[in-house]
Amino acid sequence: MNVSLKRESLEAMRTFDLATTPLRDLNSALHTIAPGTNDTNFEVVNPRGSHSVAVGIDQPVTVEVRGSVGYYCAGMNDGGTVTVHGSAGPGVAENMMSGTVVIEGDASQYAGATGRGGLLVIKGNAASRCGISMKGIDIVVRGNIGHMSAFMGQSGHLVVLGNAGDALGDSLYEAKLFVRGEVKSLGADCIQKEMKPKHLRLLAELLDKAGVTDVKPEEFKRYGSARTLYNFNIDNADAY
Amino acid sequence: MCGIVGLFLKDKSLEPQLGAMLSDMLVIMTDRGPDSAGIAIYGAPADGRAKLTVQSAKPTTDFAGLEALLKAADASVTVELKSTHAVIETDAAQASVVRDLLAQERPDIRVMGSGDSVEIYKEVGLPKDVVSRFGIRAMGGTHGIGHTRMATESAVTTLGAHPFSTGADQCLVHNGSLSNHNNLRRELVREGMTFETQNDSEVAAAYLTAEMAKGKDLGEALTSALDDLDGFFTFVVGTKSGFGVVRDPIACKPAVMAETDQYIAFGSEYRALVNLPGIENARVWEPEPATVYFWDHEKAA
Repeated sequence: MNVSLKRESLEAMRTFDLATTPLRDLNSALHTIAPGTNDTNFEVVNPRGSHSVAVGIDQPVTVEVRGSVGYYCAGMNDGGTVTVHGSAGPGVAENMMSGTVVIEGDASQYAGATGRGGLLVIKGNAASRCGISMKGIDIVVRGNIGHMSAFMGQSGHLVVLGNAGDALGDSLYEAKLFVRGEVKSLGADCIQKEMKPKHLRLLAELLDKAGVTDVKPEEFKRYGSARTLYNFNIDNADAY
Repeated sequence: MCGIVGLFLKDKSLEPQLGAMLSDMLVIMTDRGPDSAGIAIYGAPADGRAKLTVQSAKPTTDFAGLEALLKAADASVTVELKSTHAVIETDAAQASVVRDLLAQERPDIRVMGSGDSVEIYKEVGLPKDVVSRFGIRAMGGTHGIGHTRMATESAVTTLGAHPFSTGADQCLVHNGSLSNHNNLRRELVREGMTFETQNDSEVAAAYLTAEMAKGKDLGEALTSALDDLDGFFTFVVGTKSGFGVVRDPIACKPAVMAETDQYIAFGSEYRALVNLPGIENARVWEPEPATVYFWDHEKAA
């Protein structure tokens, strides 16, 4: 055990200061990691709202971002663990494939959009269109989410400890939504559904995975698709 | 896309730096729109004096002997030339006479803005070039707004650049596009408003001017705008003592705000705010859709 601890401490964290280093240097370094290497710890300082920080990761690296980021942070993440010690601009973790992205602050619009896998945790609030067109990603938001969230969500889970804005889950497919607070309004074809024991177990797992220990699954309501808009039916024309 | 910024100072000690702070914010937003740029600065109004910011495509001929010419209407007139713009200061009581004389003698000169305190500078080109040709960094003031444009709705010209000013000490910058501006323009023309361009944002500015002329304050006018304007918008608006922000209900045009004891700041992106003093500890938030944010120096005092 001592040996492994010593080894870890020898593995220097590579720090990129974006005040003095081009963003492309950081992202190139993240893209040229040989499989199996131990040199996988990165730190980013002075991100100052930069776009596309740590996008396209495809190895199990750890990236600690010290500050707030702009558009598309950790986009397309496949296996990395990215923590933003600040807030994130639009499109954080867009199209994530796998891995974990944690935002300590707030996230702007379309967080986790089109995500296919992995876990996105937002400790503050998320703005509009959170999880829009989600396709397998799990998203856990401690605060509130804005309007049109999970629009056309196909699969995956959106868990919200706070409130949801207008038109939650509009035109929803099979993404499962859990909201603890108020939902301002439900979108077309999204309905409240019964919370069965299997859903409570699922939600407990999701909360556990996101490190949320201070709320109980029983405090949430479940929302999902009424499945009436899957195929075009002329009688539903008004609902589209 | 477009980049918009705004800064409303609470701490008077920052006022000499307003132009420099706002310039930095705008230059960072350059990659959101390279077509044209503009800034409105609200300086300290002088008692009994009025300001007119004018622009000419041929400044060497249009501005030649301008001060002497206008002194015929008001002996106290001063004219400060700044590249393609000039700031004309007059006795407030004589302002309309001076303006009439200007329109008659120098018909090619365009009025960018007028009032007690606002000065508006805008041109085709990059923010860094626009702020340097007009010496914006050296300007002090209480609040200001700026815009860098990626044109969608009308031509790339000086007059099509933002901020748009359609009333005394009022101006507006817009990121987005309106869909009912032609209809609204017709209605406003019927009410007596005049328009310089075919631009949608000018209609938004004129709409707010018309609403405020009916006795509404800026906050109330912005609330009405949510009902009457159709399309995408994030607006930042200045009045003589006020500063307002509103986003349409869809809110797809980005917006970030920050507040400290010293200032209230707006940026299309957080990048625009990172050089502000104390930003690390500021309250930073994304303005809610269809929600009016409004501050006023006079109401606060």
